Amino acid sequence: MKLPMLGIINLIHETDEMGVLTQGRCLATLPFGGRYRLIDFVLSSMVNSGVQKVAVFAHTKYRSLMDHLGTGKNWDLHRKQNGLYVLPPAIEDQNDFARGDLYHFYRNRDYFAHGPHEYVVICRSHMICNVNFADVLRHHRDQGADITVVCKANSGNIVGTARKVKVDESGRIKEIQDHFGRLSDEVVSMEMYVMRKDLLIDLIETSLAQGCDHFLRHAINSRLDQLKVSACMYDGMLGVVNNIASYFRHSMELLQPEIGRELFFRPGPIFTKSQGEPPSRYLTGAYVNHSLIANGCEIDGIVENSILFGGVKVKKGAVVRNSIVMHNSVIGEDGSLESCILDKEVQIRPFQQLRGVPEMPFLAIKRKVI
Amino acid sequence: MGRKECVAMLLAGGEGRRLGVLTKDLAKPAVPFGGNYRIIDFTLCNCVNSGIETIGVLTQYQPLVLNQYLGIGSSWGLDSREGGMHVLPPYVGSNGSTWYKGTANAIYQNLGFIERYDPKYVLIISGDHIYKMDYDLLLESHKRSRADATIAVITVPWAEASRFGIMNIDGRGRVTEFAEKPKQPKSNLASMGVYMFSWPALKEMLIRDEADLGSSNDFGKDVIPKMLEEGARLFTYRFDGYWKDVGTIESLWQANMDLLGDKPGLDLNDRSWRIYSVCPNQPAQYVSPTASVQSSIINEGCVIEGEVYHSVLFHGVHVGEGSIVEHAVLMPGAVVGRGARVIRAIVGDNAVIEDGMRVGRADSDEIEVVGSGERIAEHQLKEVEPV
Repeated sequence: MKLPMLGIINLIHETDEMGVLTQGRCLATLPFGGRYRLIDFVLSSMVNSGVQKVAVFAHTKYRSLMDHLGTGKNWDLHRKQNGLYVLPPAIEDQNDFARGDLYHFYRNRDYFAHGPHEYVVICRSHMICNVNFADVLRHHRDQGADITVVCKANSGNIVGTARKVKVDESGRIKEIQDHFGRLSDEVVSMEMYVMRKDLLIDLIETSLAQGCDHFLRHAINSRLDQLKVSACMYDGMLGVVNNIASYFRHSMELLQPEIGRELFFRPGPIFTKSQGEPPSRYLTGAYVNHSLIANGCEIDGIVENSILFGGVKVKKGAVVRNSIVMHNSVIGEDGSLESCILDKEVQIRPFQQLRGVPEMPFLAIKRKVI
Repeated sequence: MGRKECVAMLLAGGEGRRLGVLTKDLAKPAVPFGGNYRIIDFTLCNCVNSGIETIGVLTQYQPLVLNQYLGIGSSWGLDSREGGMHVLPPYVGSNGSTWYKGTANAIYQNLGFIERYDPKYVLIISGDHIYKMDYDLLLESHKRSRADATIAVITVPWAEASRFGIMNIDGRGRVTEFAEKPKQPKSNLASMGVYMFSWPALKEMLIRDEADLGSSNDFGKDVIPKMLEEGARLFTYRFDGYWKDVGTIESLWQANMDLLGDKPGLDLNDRSWRIYSVCPNQPAQYVSPTASVQSSIINEGCVIEGEVYHSVLFHGVHVGEGSIVEHAVLMPGAVVGRGARVIRAIVGDNAVIEDGMRVGRADSDEIEVVGSGERIAEHQLKEVEPV
């Protein structure tokens, strides 16, 4: 269970249309599914696949990221050998900040230089899935590919923004377009790239020497005819979460038990930072139905079709419907929510009524009192 | 090793015979409690929350699960460089191997451990009680009265007094009389089995107690009466919070029930006194459209499709559609099929109650127990009958 592979979670210039939900945090630490953060899915996938050395290339608003990842203990990445590395931007002046990911990879090239790992896998944080990278590496070797991209077919119902991919009969990628492209094939890229480490170093150095600094746009897309780029199809549950509609949609999908079971357990469990919350308390006024409830909640009202994160209080007579309520928020007595997303520690005053629609949920910023 | 003001010695060797099938392969302190915890979490967290971070945990009976659970103490923040938590099993020394004969002997055999920290005070506690107590207040009281030993005491119902070490005290809280499990108790002031000793006094007593061949080497039976007899300064510290000895099926069930209701006797949600345990890493609990849950506490990873009323559910429990669970404790991974009934019962971890089975009765005084991993199916109806 040990893969000769370095893990990279690339948070540089991630697509982010989450509005107030990512005002104070990076997309990678957006809370999801009652007790997780987006980054937990790809990180756990790596760990369960046997990737023992993982670097997270942080970019902006990474305080929550440092807090969440800590020493990597919760993912068993607090090791003497290998382990977890959080690499903030190592820039010389503010202008470097806006430069592409290859520049930031280059600035942290020491991370790649040492160690016996033959391969790398580069991922982003906003793909909600449970992938076995050992299978991807096997595919990569079997195909004799230069680069393997994990892709999802039949992606007609993807709400988040994802790149489209054109694959020929042999499984080779002929074209990659941004989400607004006109490509009609229903295959999207999950932005997970497996390749040899020396090829990556070569791509970084060559591209930068040519004045190009974006990994996909410059290093890969311009070389699709020179490099054998192969698609490895993933057939598990995928949520591309980088806008409000996709966040709401994929959160609500977790309420279907089959989807939740698959995502959280297969092929391996999803790990996260444990909050040490007590079990949730259902009081005499509780009426809960079709909902996911994390630990530490106290429910004395009605909760339907909703997701409650840790430590949420739903007071007597309060009603929470079709909503997502993050950690430690309080719904006051006889308050009501319909299609809302409340960030952490929001307080809804007694008798307050808030209403959104599923296509455009009402958003409340962290610590707001309404 | 730096000097520590106070070292705690936690007696966790309890066999817990009266818990029957629940302690078949498990030491009593490792019995699951309160939906998310094991009994020992409460004393460990009392130490951590009181600022005592050097703890020796004395194990003996069926220690496998307990040792695995404790690990290096990281779940309680006790994996520190100096001090922290150390598991102390009986061992083979130059005089041969000896099991811990009694509570006092167990501490005696680990004098070396305590000496390494050279403390001023030693706190003796056990891992089989449920309570939240600030040991720092006990220590303050011990220092104030310049005592050799201070015993934490609680007022118990007269009817139960004969189960405990009972004492009489004078106006200043000094112990005048002590009787271990008296048939005719003279008071209802009971020892909680929580002792704060001044280290020199304790060390001397333990050495003398060990030399006394007639002694059963027990704190309650031998050491405390001897100290009283010799006129040592024995004081009491009165505790008036929630405290429960969970030594029997009935009391274990009752202590779980005490966590329920809108104003529980023991509040697990108190953020100023957190109780930590090992995280089971399960997703959030799912309550289905066919479910109904009230007056209960439910842990992560549960899937509820039936009715759960006034019950405690540990992580990963499944309650099928049409089932009713009332006044029950379901331990980790227990499965209740469809159309089953579990009333006034404790169901062990990973036990399976198959479709339509009934466990426990509403009109019974007894609490029905299903052992861990047991399967209640139609063809083996012992005390169980189909609905």
